[in-house]
Amino acid sequence: MSRQPCIVGVADVPIEGGKVRPGTTVLSMQRDAAHEALAQAGLTLKDVDGLAVAGMWGMPGPGAMMPVLLTEYLGIEFPKWLDGTNVGGSAFVLHAGHAYEMIKAGVCDTVLILYGSMQRTDASRSLGGRPALFSNQFDMVAGLPTPVGAYSMAAHRHFHEYGSSPETLAEIAVSTRAWAALNPAATYRDPITIDDVLNSTPITDPLHLLDCCLVTDGGGCVVMTTEERAKDLKTKPVYVLGHGESATHSNINYMPDMARLEVAERSSAAAYRMAGRSAKDMDLAMIYDSFTITVLLTLEALGLCGRGEGKDFVKGQRTAPGGEFPLNTNGGGLSYCHPGMYGIFTMIEAARQLWGICGDRQVNNVKNAICHGTGGVLSSGGTVILSTEKD
Amino acid sequence: MAYEKPVPTIDAESAHYWNGAKEQKLMIQRCKKTGKCFLYSRRLAPDVDDSQVEWFQASGKGEIYSYTVARRPAGPAFKADVPYVIASITLEEGARILTNVVTDDPDSLKIGQKVEVFFDKVSDDLTIPKFKVVG
Repeated sequence: MSRQPCIVGVADVPIEGGKVRPGTTVLSMQRDAAHEALAQAGLTLKDVDGLAVAGMWGMPGPGAMMPVLLTEYLGIEFPKWLDGTNVGGSAFVLHAGHAYEMIKAGVCDTVLILYGSMQRTDASRSLGGRPALFSNQFDMVAGLPTPVGAYSMAAHRHFHEYGSSPETLAEIAVSTRAWAALNPAATYRDPITIDDVLNSTPITDPLHLLDCCLVTDGGGCVVMTTEERAKDLKTKPVYVLGHGESATHSNINYMPDMARLEVAERSSAAAYRMAGRSAKDMDLAMIYDSFTITVLLTLEALGLCGRGEGKDFVKGQRTAPGGEFPLNTNGGGLSYCHPGMYGIFTMIEAARQLWGICGDRQVNNVKNAICHGTGGVLSSGGTVILSTEKD
Repeated sequence: MAYEKPVPTIDAESAHYWNGAKEQKLMIQRCKKTGKCFLYSRRLAPDVDDSQVEWFQASGKGEIYSYTVARRPAGPAFKADVPYVIASITLEEGARILTNVVTDDPDSLKIGQKVEVFFDKVSDDLTIPKFKVVG
């Protein structure tokens, strides 16, 4: 028994104009996503014996006890594994890594990773208003629009050190929109140009509105189980071959080098090592694109190009449909959806690409995909490597 | 008029900084063992405890490590300030500090530019160290 962990079902919550349909709650969307993802595999909630969840819903602090509330709400009987790791939008990728270890060790067999958000419907996002606590007591007092201002400081530093520019970042927004145009579920599908990005509303220099992720509702589910269990299921297993996670700072001021995403360097190095794969083996990258700069930093950190070479990697729409390297093929947080904590969607899309069910946006011959989630203000990171092949 | 912007939640580890500001002093921490300087509980040496950390008055001089110009405010209280600058400053002593650089010409700012501290008394209870460009 190898107990090789794999993904066997995924689902994302339908949104229209950035919002879930009326009558939905933050819990019901997670139930619907769980049912859909389980049904894709031919499983039901009765098969589930572990769950992980992160989000921003419910009472703050420990009051919400998200994994416990979802155990109750979904009617899961005595789960053997609960994970409420809540380290920003990367959390779900960390959950997949944790699930890998728990499944592999025999602690549990079939688990759900869950996410739901109604931030658009609830109009709960703003650039300020976070508590001026701990290391945030300095930037909140200074009026740093959060998180965008923090990412902007990283962008300026990257420009300074490596000669990247607003045009570099615009390349990423444009190519991501071109992928969104091929995804019927994406919120924004009309093509944009480099000039559109550069002429969009300045938010915090050097980032413009079109450098920023959307603010939408949304949610999703990823189902993981063992290779042995997957033999009887309707989907082919998408193997989780490696994972890694790390964190450096909570506040951008304490990021060791703002031009270099060391958390992603560490987490991806661990994932590549475990998977027996390297960056050059990757056929697809799903990178959390909270902002265009997040992608530029992550491409370099994952070793898809050298440090400071991101500007050449994305130049001339190399990462757009038909380009040399497929990146964020669902349209990303920039154009598909961004409910606040986007990390789960990197794995949902990668699994669908590996199954070959992506329709107009399907990439040919995808065997290995890397998913990377970033949380906070470039604070935490999680990487998983997914593959159609075990060896 | 009452000060309407966010005020820091001052704790035992930041009180020296904010109390120092009231006396027009920029207070930061130093590890007695390694000599490394920092602000806000960054030990920079895993084996250092509180007894080996001291507060001292920094020179108040430094350079811009990175910055952003807010074209949109961090909430309504900052609306009248737009555009305003938030920066991470590397002090001469090596510590990095997150603050405002107050300038009439935000478009002229550059990474590496020299800056120095001044103290903005915004209320009887709160004085905020901010920076301005030198020369």
